[in-house]
Order: sequence, then C-alpha cells, then structure tokens
Amino acid sequence: MEPVGPVAVAEYRERLEKRVLAPLTSTGKGYYLLVAALLAVVGWGAYAYFTQLREGLIVTAMRDRISWGLYITLFVFFIGISHAGTLISAILRVSKAGWRVPVTRMAEFITVVALSVGALMPLIDMGRPDRLQNLILFGRWQSPLIWDILAITTYLTGSILYLYLPLIPDLALARDRLSDVVAPWKRGFYRILSVGWIGTDNQKRYLVIAMTLMMLVIIPVAVSVHTVVSWIFGMTLREPWNNPMFGAFFVAGAIYSGIATIVIVMALLRKVYHLEEYITPQHFINLGYMLAGFALIMIYFNLLEFVTTGYKLAGEGEMHFRELFTGSLAPVFWFYTLGGMVLPALIIVVPWTRSILGVVVASVFVDIGMWMERYFIVVGGLRLPTMPYEPATYFPSWVEWSIMAGAFAGFCLIIAVVVKVLPIISVWEVAEHYEDEKVIARKDAEGVLAGRLVAQHPSSRPFERSREVERP
Amino acid sequence: MCSKTECFTLKEKQRFQLRNPPMPDELKKRGVQQEENTRRWRDSRRRLLKIMGVAGAAALAAPLAPGLLTRVAGAPPEAPQGQDAGSGGEGESTQRLRRWAMVIDLRRCDGCQSTGKPPQCTQGCIEGHLVPEPMQWIQVFEYEVPGGGTQFVPVPCQQCQSPPCVNVCPVGATWSTPEGPVLIDQQRCIGCRSCMAACPYDRRFFTWGKPPAPPETLLADYRPEREYPLPRGVTVKCTFCADMARAGRLPYCAQGCPQHAIYYGDLEEDLATNGEEVVELSSFLSQNQAYRLKAELNTKPRVYYLPGHGEAVGRDAYTKGRMDTRWPWVERVKGAKTWSRSGPSQ
Ligand code: SF4
Ligand code: SF4
Repeated sequence: MEPVGPVAVAEYRERLEKRVLAPLTSTGKGYYLLVAALLAVVGWGAYAYFTQLREGLIVTAMRDRISWGLYITLFVFFIGISHAGTLISAILRVSKAGWRVPVTRMAEFITVVALSVGALMPLIDMGRPDRLQNLILFGRWQSPLIWDILAITTYLTGSILYLYLPLIPDLALARDRLSDVVAPWKRGFYRILSVGWIGTDNQKRYLVIAMTLMMLVIIPVAVSVHTVVSWIFGMTLREPWNNPMFGAFFVAGAIYSGIATIVIVMALLRKVYHLEEYITPQHFINLGYMLAGFALIMIYFNLLEFVTTGYKLAGEGEMHFRELFTGSLAPVFWFYTLGGMVLPALIIVVPWTRSILGVVVASVFVDIGMWMERYFIVVGGLRLPTMPYEPATYFPSWVEWSIMAGAFAGFCLIIAVVVKVLPIISVWEVAEHYEDEKVIARKDAEGVLAGRLVAQHPSSRPFERSREVERP
Repeated sequence: MCSKTECFTLKEKQRFQLRNPPMPDELKKRGVQQEENTRRWRDSRRRLLKIMGVAGAAALAAPLAPGLLTRVAGAPPEAPQGQDAGSGGEGESTQRLRRWAMVIDLRRCDGCQSTGKPPQCTQGCIEGHLVPEPMQWIQVFEYEVPGGGTQFVPVPCQQCQSPPCVNVCPVGATWSTPEGPVLIDQQRCIGCRSCMAACPYDRRFFTWGKPPAPPETLLADYRPEREYPLPRGVTVKCTFCADMARAGRLPYCAQGCPQHAIYYGDLEEDLATNGEEVVELSSFLSQNQAYRLKAELNTKPRVYYLPGHGEAVGRDAYTKGRMDTRWPWVERVKGAKTWSRSGPSQ
C-alpha cells in the first residue's frame, strides 16, 4: 500500500463525506417512484388488515387445528433477520475486525427496522387487538409470550441506542455540512439529535465507553431474544417442537438469515448510492465466509435433529418425519435444505462463483430458505394431529399474503426513508479506520514499524484482529 | 370493551325476551330425565354424607377460592359460588372443596350407532351450552384398537390438573379453578391462541368469525361457566358443567348419553354417578383398569377412561363410522358465520 501524507487523508475524508451525505441532499425521480410503489403495497396490506379487523380472523386460512400461520412465520422470520445488525456488528466490534467498519451502520439499521416490523406481526395475529392493554393489566410471568414481549422491547431499545450512539458524530457532521442545503426540519433534526457533539476528546472518550458497554450488553440480549422466540414453540407439548435444541437452532438460523439480509441490502445501497469505494468485493466475500460458516452450523444442527429423530421414529415423530421428507411439506423442506443451506454454502466455497453476484445470489436463497424453515416449523408443528383426525390443511388466504407483502414493503419503505435522513455509512469510523491504516503504512515506510508485517490491507484478511495503533 | 358488532343493544335483548323461544322436544324430555337423575344422585350423596358425618369439615374452601374466580363467576343464578345450592339449608351444605371428575366407560360407548343418531353426548352439550357450530366441546373420536377394530372415545376437555393451556396464557384468561375445571374468561382473552398450540387434546376452540348461536344467547348474562354470548376472536371450551354439578345435576353430556357411559362425581367425596347407579370412585377406577389420555405427558387429566369398545352394549368393534353431529337451531344471531375446524378447504 502506498504510504500517504496528511493531505491525502484529508482528501479521502472529503470524498467520503460527499459520497455518504449525497443521498441526504439530492433525490432522484426513481426514488419517488420506488417510494410510491412501496406505499401502494403497504396500503394494500393495510386494507387487508382492515378487512381482517372488520370480519375477524375468519378471513385468514387459520383454523382451530392449524391456529398459527403466516403471521407467526413472519414474526419469527423478521425477528430472525433483526439479528443481522446488532449481533453481527457487535461480534465484529468485539473481535475488532477492521473490515466491518463500513458495514455496521447498515446492519444496525436492518436490526431496528426488522424488529419493528416483526413485533407488529403477533399484534396482527391477535384475535382481540382491542384488548392489548390486558397484557399490561394482567400479564403473567409464566407465559412465554410475556418473555417475548420483554425480550423484544429490551432488544429494540438496546438496538436503537446501539444504532444511535455511533450516529452522533455523523449527525453532527450533517449538521455542520448540510445546514444550507437541507430543509429546516432536517436541520433541526440534526441539531437536536447530535446533542452538541463537537468532537472534543472528552466527548470521544465517553462515546467509546458507551459504545463498548452497549455492544457488550447487546450480545446476550440478542441471543436471549431468539431463544425465547423459540420457546413459544418449545414450551408446548407438540412433538415436533418438543426439542431442547430449539433455542440454539433458532439463534443460529437468525444470524444466518441476518447475514444474508445484510448482504442483499448492502448490494442494493452500494449500487444505488455508488459506494463502491467503501464497500468492496472483499466485504461481500468476508460476509460470504460468515454465511458459509453458518450454513455449515445449520446443516450440522439439522443433521443432529433429523438423524436422531429419523433413526428412532418414535411416537408422533414418525408422521412428522415422513411429512417433511416425503409428505406434503416435502417441497418446502427440501427447498430449505438444498436451496437454503447446501447451495449457498457451495456457491461460496467454490472459488469461481465466489464473487459479489455469487454471494448475493446465495443470500437470496438463504433468506427464502429460512423463511420456508420458519413456515414448516410453525405450520408443520401444528399440522401433526394431536387426536385421531385427518391432518388439517393450511394455505394462506389473500389477506395473509397481502399482509405479508405489506410487511416486506414496509420493511423496504422504512429503509428507503431512513437512508434519506441518516448517513448509511459511519463516516467518522471509516475515516478514522482509513487514517489508522495510512499511518501504519506511512510509519512502516519510514521504518518505524520495521519488522512487523503490515503490507496487506486488513480487509483482505477476514476475521483478523486489527492491530493496536499509536496515534500520530 | 367489545365492538359494536358483537354486543347486543338493550333493544335487541328486549325484542328477543318477548319471543320466548320454544325448547326443542328432545331437550324437554331430557329435562324430565334430568330431574330424575338429580334426585337419585342427591339422595345417594345425602346418605353417604350422613354416614360419614363430614358436615364439620366446613369453611375449608373459602380461603382457597381465589379472588379471580369469584370475580369472574358473577354469581351463577342457580349455583352461587362456593355454595352447594343443590342441598342448601340442610346443614350439609358445607363449603367443602369439591374435586369434580369424570369417568367414561368405553365398554358402554358405542358412538350412538345403535340409536342411529349422532353421538348424544355431543348433541346434549350443544343443546345445553348452545355450543356454536362447528365446535364439539365433547367430541367422539374413533381410535383403532389392536385386532383391527375401532373404539369410540368421547373426549371433553380433560380438565388437566397440570394444564399446559393455563401455563402459557399471557393474561391469565384461562385458569384452574380450585374444584378442578379449567375455565376461560372470554372477556379477558386476547386471542393469541398460545393455549390452542399448547393443548395436547385438541380441546380448545376459537371463534374465528362471529359465532353462530341461537338468538336466546343474546339474553344471557355472560359468565365463564356458561360461555355465551360469545364474542369473536377468543377461545372457548368445555367447562365441565361445574355449575350444574353444584346444583346437583349431571353435565349435559352425561345426561344425554343413552348408554349411561359417562360418570360424573367428586373425588373428594369419592362418589360418581352416571344417572343410573352410584359408584365409589376410587374402587371403580382401580378395579376397571382406568387410564387417562396421553398420561405420559403428565397433564394429570380429571377425565378417566375405562378401556373397551362398546362391548357391554353389544357393539361390534369392526363397524366403523358414525353419524355427524347436528346443530339444532335454525335461527341464528345475525351475521353469524360457520367455519371448518381443519382449514378452509375441508
Ligand atoms: S388465546 Fe386467550 S385464553 Fe388462550 S392463551 Fe391467548 S389470551 Fe389466554
Ligand atoms: S384438555 Fe386442553 S384445554 Fe383442557 S385443561 Fe387440558 S390442556 Fe387445557
């Protein structure tokens, strides 16, 4: 790497700020079209929900025997992808992986948005949404649903904080740089939210302390969230759900689909806002490696589950097993197994498909596969008859599909709106990271760090701890 | 709290009050039978109580009854909470804690095939509790038995003493009463359906739409032991007819059974009756190899079964099928909808 002087660093910073702040000031025609389209879909979903409110849950395809369906599937799925951000960025922060820097902000966005959308789903699923207050008036600690509410609200609060803290310097930047070009409400927004940040050493020190605390807190919270989500199912006496491994399974699946979602969102934003300089192919490949790693973990978990139950075929387990492998759920199950785990892992492991496109394609498969897994866990678990009756059938009604479309559109819509208000790449962290790199390179060139191996850009070495660096 | 479509205005109620709905003939006949059963059961119980001299064991139950029950029970007309209305004022009305239990003698259950009617326990329950279609709070399932035949097994809510449905409810809308029955407060239920996923006996029902019911439900004052009028979007199930029992009557299903296969009684007093004979519960259970459904799940049901396949009433185990349950009322509350329990396409 070229050793560069302070002038070059300043130039880099300038360019970076321009690039990242550009979406906040200028908006193209395509953007409005996109927002309009998303709004239309969300509106359609809202209409479907209105129909459901008017007619009752009879407009869905759920009935007594399969009493949870698409909504609970989506709940688990969205809460799953919310593990994208916090867990990934926190883990990467803890392990000091330098290449994470431009990715973390997006990951944290996804967390907050997915959590908000996911938490709506059980409300939509409720038979009596007008009695929501009963959860507070009569809430019982013994119910897994209450654990969920507690865990999810904690996680949501935590991730909003965790998103917000590293945002402060960037908001201050937007306040300083954009005061002439943006609307007055935005100016006020930046001024208030940047809480008087001027970048003094003291401020920086406290920010770093707060961020470190949050990232240490958020990891156990994130793990607990998907564990208790799994316990909604795991605490019942249904044979397919009666599985002590469920918590670990859900958490691994959550991170897995979370990484895939980051990759997809990252690829889209990178294309649209020309962030190629900061989000490099290496980022995709590193995330791809993580994805492949989790694919292997998932395959292993599935092996554990299905080899042990399939070998014994005890009790009702037999019927469930046959249902999944050859019965009515077989298409979903095999798509999940082959398309959702084996194929993505192969795409990433084989060198000549390991490109941006490859990783993105793998991620799309992972997300679809994980959605299907959630579906067959929920529906398959309930479909297994508990008494001698013909297994019930379930295929979501138009209302459920519309609400699902609305939920996905809402997810995209919030992201689309947020990228217009908040910088999607952490400017100060990227700049600082760049400076550190350059300083090392320069000192190395001057022989200060002679004898240490620093020739490579750290982002080309995944999972490597970045070195402690002296400030100039 | 309930929306406009589901509550009934005073005017509507008055309109129906004027009408005085006719009682189905079957129900009237059963009423006579019921009085007779009640009298017999009461007599036998009285005798036993005198012998045992348990009148002194009073006031035990009062501190045990939780506020929840007294709050929601809303003083049922014929059976005030905690009082034995059936024998009130005779000194034996002890406030002792009943532990209701049911024994279903499968040797005598032929799925009502000999009568050429749908299962009369289900029918009686529907008529007595005004159960909305398509719910069968007590449902007759056909199980395969070794040897190729089948047996009929009437399954009400098992009134688990370690009820998984109660455990998971986030708002305490379903709870175990001290007497054993598990009840649901349909005015508190938020319709999350956790309990339906948790029940291993498929015994909880949901009002997916406005439940079909006869107009006379509009007159009723709601209480959890009489689950009408029912709002939309809540769970419903068998209540074990504890209010009937306190008033000295058999549950509707036991009354309806033409073969007297259903015994109902009190574990505390160790007595049960099917309306025909009175048995000592403990020895009746132990001498007839009683079992409980899915005992391995440790839900501790209050419903016991005596193994059999209708042989005592001459049923051939190899004849399959039974007639479908019918809902008696022709006139329904306006806007009511039926659905299928197993999904729209079935
Ligand atoms: S559906 Fe009603 S009774 Fe059942 S768990 Fe939910 S709130 Fe409780
Ligand atoms: S049978 Fe089902 S509904 Fe009845 S108490 Fe047991 S778990 Fe609850």
